[in-house]
Amino acid sequence: MINIRDKGAEIWENWNRPTRVIFVLSTITIIALLPFAAAWGPTSFLDTPITSFKNVLVYPVGMFVLMALGLNIVVGKSGLLDLGYVAFFAIGAYSQAILSTSFGWSTWEALPVGIGLAMVSGVLLGLPALRLRGDYLAIITLGFGEIVRIVILNSRKVTGGPDGIAGIKNPPAIFGLEFDLFHPEHFFWLVGVMVLLVIWMVRRFTVRRPGRAWEAIRQDEDVASLMGVNTLVYKLWSFVIGAAVGGAGGVLYASKVMVISPDMFKFEVSVLILACVVFGGIGNIWGVVLGASLLAYIPDRIRFISDARQVIFGLVLIIMMNLRPDGLLPRKKREKISEKRKK
Amino acid sequence: MRLEIKDLSVHYGKIEAIKGISIVVNQGEIVTLIGANGAGKTTTLKTISGLRKVSRGAILFDGQDISKVPAYERVDLGISQAPEGRGIFPGMSVLENLEMGKFNRKDRRSEMKEDLNRVYDLFPRLKERSGQAGGTLSGGEQQMLAIGRALMARPKVLLLDEPSMGLAPMMIANIFQIITTINTELGTTILLVEQNAQQALQRAHRAYVLETGKIVKEAKASDLLNDPEVRAAYLGTGAGTGH
Amino acid sequence: MNFSVVTSQFASLVLQGVALGLIYSLIALGYTMVYGVLRLINFANSEVFMVGTFTVLFIQVTVLGHAVTREPMHGWPLILALALSLIAAMGVCALLAMLVEVVAYRRLRAKGANRLASLISAIGVSIFLSESWRIFTDSRPHAGPRLLEKWSFGEFHGANFRIDTMMAIFASLIIYMVLLRFVNGSRLGKAIRAVSMSEENSLLMGINLNRVVTLTFAIGGLTTGAAAFFYITIYENTVFNVGFNLGIAAFTAAILGGIGNLRGAFFGGLALGLTEQFASAIIGSQWKAVTVFIVLVFVLLIKPSGIFGEAVQQTRT
Repeated sequence: MINIRDKGAEIWENWNRPTRVIFVLSTITIIALLPFAAAWGPTSFLDTPITSFKNVLVYPVGMFVLMALGLNIVVGKSGLLDLGYVAFFAIGAYSQAILSTSFGWSTWEALPVGIGLAMVSGVLLGLPALRLRGDYLAIITLGFGEIVRIVILNSRKVTGGPDGIAGIKNPPAIFGLEFDLFHPEHFFWLVGVMVLLVIWMVRRFTVRRPGRAWEAIRQDEDVASLMGVNTLVYKLWSFVIGAAVGGAGGVLYASKVMVISPDMFKFEVSVLILACVVFGGIGNIWGVVLGASLLAYIPDRIRFISDARQVIFGLVLIIMMNLRPDGLLPRKKREKISEKRKK
Repeated sequence: MRLEIKDLSVHYGKIEAIKGISIVVNQGEIVTLIGANGAGKTTTLKTISGLRKVSRGAILFDGQDISKVPAYERVDLGISQAPEGRGIFPGMSVLENLEMGKFNRKDRRSEMKEDLNRVYDLFPRLKERSGQAGGTLSGGEQQMLAIGRALMARPKVLLLDEPSMGLAPMMIANIFQIITTINTELGTTILLVEQNAQQALQRAHRAYVLETGKIVKEAKASDLLNDPEVRAAYLGTGAGTGH
Repeated sequence: MNFSVVTSQFASLVLQGVALGLIYSLIALGYTMVYGVLRLINFANSEVFMVGTFTVLFIQVTVLGHAVTREPMHGWPLILALALSLIAAMGVCALLAMLVEVVAYRRLRAKGANRLASLISAIGVSIFLSESWRIFTDSRPHAGPRLLEKWSFGEFHGANFRIDTMMAIFASLIIYMVLLRFVNGSRLGKAIRAVSMSEENSLLMGINLNRVVTLTFAIGGLTTGAAAFFYITIYENTVFNVGFNLGIAAFTAAILGGIGNLRGAFFGGLALGLTEQFASAIIGSQWKAVTVFIVLVFVLLIKPSGIFGEAVQQTRT
């Protein structure tokens, strides 16, 4: 099986600096122009029926890329299976909703609070849960995701219960860019900037101490701790950073859709985000971006077969995993070997 | 019975662990494969019993190429292995472990009894502990159990993977004594993989020396015991227990 | 908070908790069997349960022509009808579970793929099944017919010993005992235990690994199918996503007891059923999932591998 990721990395290595800069800038430009692709003849096939393409690019596509990158820090980098990632998304979204409707805070003011609360809950969950291994962590996080939803559902006074919260304000304009119903492309750019920030952050971490500690933990936790890695602390860090990204995503999401309710934060969302990560290539940023873009986009593109699209989604997951168990763009071979089941 | 390995290669991913080796084991022999850690001894045994895929070459058993036969059917053909690190089932009793050894043989009860008695005669200790969980046995007892379990299938050839590993010197001598007994009294052909070259060469008829996936020497065991290169590389200064 | 119900309804809560708990146990056995052998969560087991509940309805309503509104049956016809729907549910679930293994796991296992890939492909199967059923049933809940008249053996301090509850309890106990005997005593059962301890050594014993894995999924399907039958008999309705909550509860039960361990699944299910019943009575049913979760976290913090421990934990980590 050809490894596109290694090929790509090879080509990248051989480029000189100006070539790289031009490549990155043109890629960013092309992506920034994406919202207009549906209106332009040659790329109009990208258009999504029923929901407008520009909005689909913001949610689910952009948001899922953002959150898949966040979850990838947890699942891909340090190898912790989190099945309740949606909880952090919900915490971010409700922070924004409550601060906006009850206290009149703007998105930019609510953003640090949403991120902070998500991180705090990440610590609260992580401290007991991260002492457990593998699949136990999976069930605990799954339970946590459900609990956050149940608590929201049953705290009618604060969260509006099943009715949710309406009247959340859009973010105030920056540099003259209005964020409202009529400018979904501005939201898309905003999400794009956040995605770039997360990618930059993850890459910084990966080449430094935390990255190496996570890699060691993922390959063999016992050996890592024998090497003097404080595994709990580093696992907690990856968990909390992942939570922060989820929280940021939630804040943004709430200020985009303006109305939120508990049924937007079901277990299925956690599963979908996880599927994005695995589908694209666990641990590889570019794979995750690609996987999330496709998995978020496809159901909307095939909306014309409305009812059956989730069925097809299930089939795609089965077939793709069977054909490419390491995802579309797997991480480097060197890192992969130890993840195979040891028996 | 004749086991013949012809120009065998085995890969782990892109790395070639076994690089075209040929080994012959004849009826009634003890053949030993000695070599350092990582030379490919265990891989060779695992490939013979079907746990690793052959990438090139053939494994002939009585003239038939068995390299495509699934591992679980090779036991029925008469190839049994006592795996490295003993590899017993820790949660099963000694008796259950032994019964697992002839999982596919739908023999009558009397034959099961016969096989059990044969193993118990060799290893009286196992009889005493027959109800005890395998995981609670001492290292030496677990090794006995692993060998006894492999014998339950009435193998034509018995593959032993480092039976002396991690055992006390007394126990090592004991185990090697039993290996000779199995060969002489039960007439079982044995392919023995060992790091303890001294003991292995004393017990075996013929021997192969494996270095980084290649056979570098092949001779009568007694000749290798006096070979200066082998002495230097594997027997230290000729100390009793090797290294 | 209402602690007075604990004393006033104690017997009743225990009885209902045991009945619900045993249904959890049966589904948990499905998870635990597969986990013990493959070390993988069979995510599609909840949908196997869902299909099981619809199988019972299909047999009772379509095959036996017993409309939801009809009077209960009696005597031999009743026993035959119940037996038929139980056997059908178990059979269909076993076949489906075997199919799940082939579709979602077999190829990935042969490739030695990472665990998450198997998890996602099983999730794919789960989504495929539940969504197909959603379309198939138009998202509507389906009521089950009342074959069995729900007479009571009598009351004891408020606990109503109804025939359906008692039947579920006794039958679950029998199924558990049979399974325990099978796994510990029979030749194939030993093969299952051997594989759960070490795949390589099992191959060296001449065990056909694929066959054992298929068998394990089949057994998991059988117990899950039985759970589906008792669920319908007691609660008399189902819906396309019925497997979700029950699946999570059962998986939690398996973890609580110690996954990979039959005894753990059984008592974990019981513990969970009782916890849920009492939590619902004391602080309200909307909080029962929260209570269960907190109990689970506490148990795992004290005993990281569940109440009874993983059966074969030492051999593979």
